[in-house]
Amino acid sequence: MLTARTEQIAVREQHDIVSVRQMVRSWSLAVGLGLVDLTKLVTAASEIARNTVVYGGGGTLQIEELRDGLRLGVRLVFEDQGPGIVDIDRAMTDGYSSGSGMGLGLGGTKRLVDEFDIASTPGVGTRVTITKWRSR
Amino acid sequence: MDSIPILRMGPVLLVSIQVDMHDRLALTLQEDLSDAITANGSKGVLIDISALGVVDSFMGRMLANIAGIARVLDAATVVVGMQPAVAITLVELGLSLEGVRTALNIEKGMALLQAAVAERDAVLHVMDDADGTD
Repeated sequence: MLTARTEQIAVREQHDIVSVRQMVRSWSLAVGLGLVDLTKLVTAASEIARNTVVYGGGGTLQIEELRDGLRLGVRLVFEDQGPGIVDIDRAMTDGYSSGSGMGLGLGGTKRLVDEFDIASTPGVGTRVTITKWRSR
Repeated sequence: MDSIPILRMGPVLLVSIQVDMHDRLALTLQEDLSDAITANGSKGVLIDISALGVVDSFMGRMLANIAGIARVLDAATVVVGMQPAVAITLVELGLSLEGVRTALNIEKGMALLQAAVAERDAVLHVMDDADGTD
């Protein structure tokens, strides 16, 4: 698998969540994701970006265009140096939310993408990686 | 500070969300609408989201909140124009917008609201008549 291009942006405040949505949209279009897949990926990115800002205390998004043979995809890596998630299984449960009660838990977000990976160490930070492939 | 314009059309408030909202803007809209319902004695709120390519859980929650607040303030809410891809994504995300009435377009949404307002007026009218004859 090959990373055709990559870019990193800051995800620090509310306005950055909007920038993330716009950037993921344009990269998804470039890769040729269909409208439903694009909408799912942008929505998933918005959910995780908000977690990065609200719970992670801000961080970064690295966006990658992937080529795997003839397959094209977009991968998003969100990283923060926040407090981390103690109980990931619980955070993945639908309806779970640790903060202001506006979150849905990560379970719903996982359903929107093809690949979902979360790594978190309490006191060190959290990294969430999601990937959407163009369906052929 | 930016905000989403709220238009008044008789007993109904009209909102068309044309920008990709950041979270604070969504909360501002929620507050502005609550104030406008009270100030105008509005009986209905129509929210057009046809320009929104994405509705995430925060925005979805905001729409549900507006419908809930409006109901408590004696006004009906209809959300119109949701794009199919947005609907598919919302349901898969686990957000079914329970308690939010929807319509395919502004015209149908308006008809729904007018029917709700008329029904409500009829009930109040009957109550007034009953009061009068007592």
